[in-house]
Amino acid sequence: MTARPIFIAGGILLLLVYPFLLNDFWVLQVGGRTLGFGTIALSLVFLSAYVGMLSLAQMTVAGIAGYAMAYFTAPMGGVGLLLPWPVAVVIALCLAVLAGLVVGAIAVRTEGIYTLMITLAIAVGFYYLTLQNYSMFNGFTGFTRIPPPHVLGIDMAQPKPFFYVSLVAAALCYALVRWVVRTPFGLALQAARDNGRRLRALGYPLALPRIAAFGLAGFIAGVGGILNVWLNGSISPGSIAITPTLDVLMASVLGGMLGPEGAFLGAFLFTVVQSFAIYLVPPERFNTVIGVIFVAVVVFSPDGVLGIGRSALHRIAPGRQPLSGHRDVTTRGTEAPTSLPATRPTFEADGQSTGENHHAQ
Amino acid sequence: MLNRRDFGLVTASAVVTGLTAGGIRRARAAEPLRIGGLATLEGPFAEPGKDSFRGIEMALAEFGPTVAGRTIAFSRASSDGNPDVALASARRLVDQDKVELFVGPLSGSEGIRIKDYAKTVPHVTFFNGSSAAVETTLVDPSPNFYRFNTDGAQWTAALGNYIKKTKGWTRIVLVSEDYSFPYAQIFGLMGTYCADGGRVTHKFFVPLGTKDYSSVIAQLPEKGDVDAIFVVLGGSDAVNFLSQYTQAGGDVPMIGGSIAVDQTVLAAKGPVRAHLPGVLSSGPISDNDPSPAWQSFVASYRKQFPTGLPSPSLFCFNYYVSTKAALLGIQAVDGDLSDGGVKYRAALDKLRFDTPTGPVFINKNRQATATIFVNEIVEKNGDLTTSPVQKFEGVDQFLGLGEAAYLKLGLPTRDNPSCP
Repeated sequence: MTARPIFIAGGILLLLVYPFLLNDFWVLQVGGRTLGFGTIALSLVFLSAYVGMLSLAQMTVAGIAGYAMAYFTAPMGGVGLLLPWPVAVVIALCLAVLAGLVVGAIAVRTEGIYTLMITLAIAVGFYYLTLQNYSMFNGFTGFTRIPPPHVLGIDMAQPKPFFYVSLVAAALCYALVRWVVRTPFGLALQAARDNGRRLRALGYPLALPRIAAFGLAGFIAGVGGILNVWLNGSISPGSIAITPTLDVLMASVLGGMLGPEGAFLGAFLFTVVQSFAIYLVPPERFNTVIGVIFVAVVVFSPDGVLGIGRSALHRIAPGRQPLSGHRDVTTRGTEAPTSLPATRPTFEADGQSTGENHHAQ
Repeated sequence: MLNRRDFGLVTASAVVTGLTAGGIRRARAAEPLRIGGLATLEGPFAEPGKDSFRGIEMALAEFGPTVAGRTIAFSRASSDGNPDVALASARRLVDQDKVELFVGPLSGSEGIRIKDYAKTVPHVTFFNGSSAAVETTLVDPSPNFYRFNTDGAQWTAALGNYIKKTKGWTRIVLVSEDYSFPYAQIFGLMGTYCADGGRVTHKFFVPLGTKDYSSVIAQLPEKGDVDAIFVVLGGSDAVNFLSQYTQAGGDVPMIGGSIAVDQTVLAAKGPVRAHLPGVLSSGPISDNDPSPAWQSFVASYRKQFPTGLPSPSLFCFNYYVSTKAALLGIQAVDGDLSDGGVKYRAALDKLRFDTPTGPVFINKNRQATATIFVNEIVEKNGDLTTSPVQKFEGVDQFLGLGEAAYLKLGLPTRDNPSCP
């Protein structure tokens, strides 16, 4: 038996008992935020790792879902429409998917830094739209007092129920990503990422699967956006401004864009550092700590915390098959790129089935 | 008569009772009073945020290391003017640092958010820092959220009167950040100015944190077309606008919003300084207020913070007054918050004390009634400072109109009030 199932079981157990080990701040503000914010980061990691496109508009898509929740469950200042919350959730998710598809349709023919630029432009545009539009978005103040629903008499605003709701939502999104990348659709996405020209030569369309992937990422970001709104009880242009937009990217890079776990690891680390850096240094300088930690992680482990974790695991259980969806991932120094044929025999020697993940290589 | 055994029991129980009571008293003395402070140390209000913490420190220093026998444990938190960040920081102070008293936040919309949050943690008592949106205490106030400072509309109501009646200015335009606090300032000024027959011909709103004002400056009327420009910007926004307007050759007289000509802006360097002397403004403090209480407040500020601003800003003043109110309340209940602050808040409701600018007390919405100054900027010893032109004591939340008449005016927005 390898160490992996033990790690997974331990992780799940830890997540389940987490709310009983720590105080409300850790449960709600660190735990809840990690899961909600991590889900938004997950949509970015999905696009980056499996579609090969880095989108800065994921916070925007999450914001659209958040604003929809606010608009339909917490009318304020004469703006909005009161609907039952499950209806609002469905509308919010539909709008998020739609927004994702639109972003995808705009960005699909770009790559690299151009994708970043065009999606950043969309994010900035939406920020100013919410800031200056009062009839739909209630301007600078946005919406406050957006209540998480009561389900079966349980108040979802309480730390423990909120944590478990977030955990279930985040776990479903995680499972969705894991599942999708193994379907023919996911394989086509990765093929398009790895060699678009060859795929096109085989007669496959490139743009459509990519746009669909943006729609799926929109759905995931939308789930994160709804969780975020319930956590804060409010949404305003500040929630989707440039800073939170870049925070999503920062969390993803910190965690590592190798696979979906990185999003949540990064969100956790980011939240903890952001919350507690002020204890370490004079308050005027605490942002420096956040910056230094970020630079240190990027310099010492280009694949983020996940990269460090994986190379450590690799040392404990050498020859374990990497989980990465990335084609050209190199872990630090000692190992050859996992995509090179030279490393393949090692995997087979381990006795594990490699067939499952070959398509991801 | 007691036999020996009974005597022994009585003695023992007396000793135990005494020890327990003493123990409880000692335990309470040892239990620190946890206070949290929240201000903005990032974003356009970073400079005001620093001065806010100086205000808290001044009040804490005034009371010494212990209040009513309890040592003070103070923790800080920062936000960037964004309500989400303010909320996250507030949750850290309340849930992680277990604060019993909370002083903050700084900015308008943050204040509205924190007031709503206060309702979910009724055992903590909140004291507004310097956020000054009207809605915070007017709409759906929270029973454990106190504002011992005046709001943005209270700050400017007297100025509207002054510029129409004394200066005779009949047409002005305004340039403002686009959120709740500037709306309050405009509401206060236009309320009295329009009622007196003045006209506000154009309103230019810019997002908070705007750096380039060229498109607004290009649209501003020339001297002669209007009598003045009312500038409702704060922090680095005010510095940027004033510099760019001066560089563009603008020469229309200016009226400053309360934080547009605050020390956090006046202490800035650059070409902006030439245009500022003579600018009118109004607010809860005046740098050159000759009253002994204010002068001694300035002296202790300078002594405690030699590298601080030339004179305490209104952020420093507001945080100071809020922290002081919190500590006076603690003294009134002898440090006892064991009932979740019920007795404490009853004491606060009746609290009335003298601040460096005069008496302050609160109304049923827990909103302060206090002194307001109309100021003019003068240059003094090479520093730009505000000098009092008029002083109004006892300005209340409803601007002297009474609650019903005031509520009839509606809430401040971009379009309310309007008198083009």
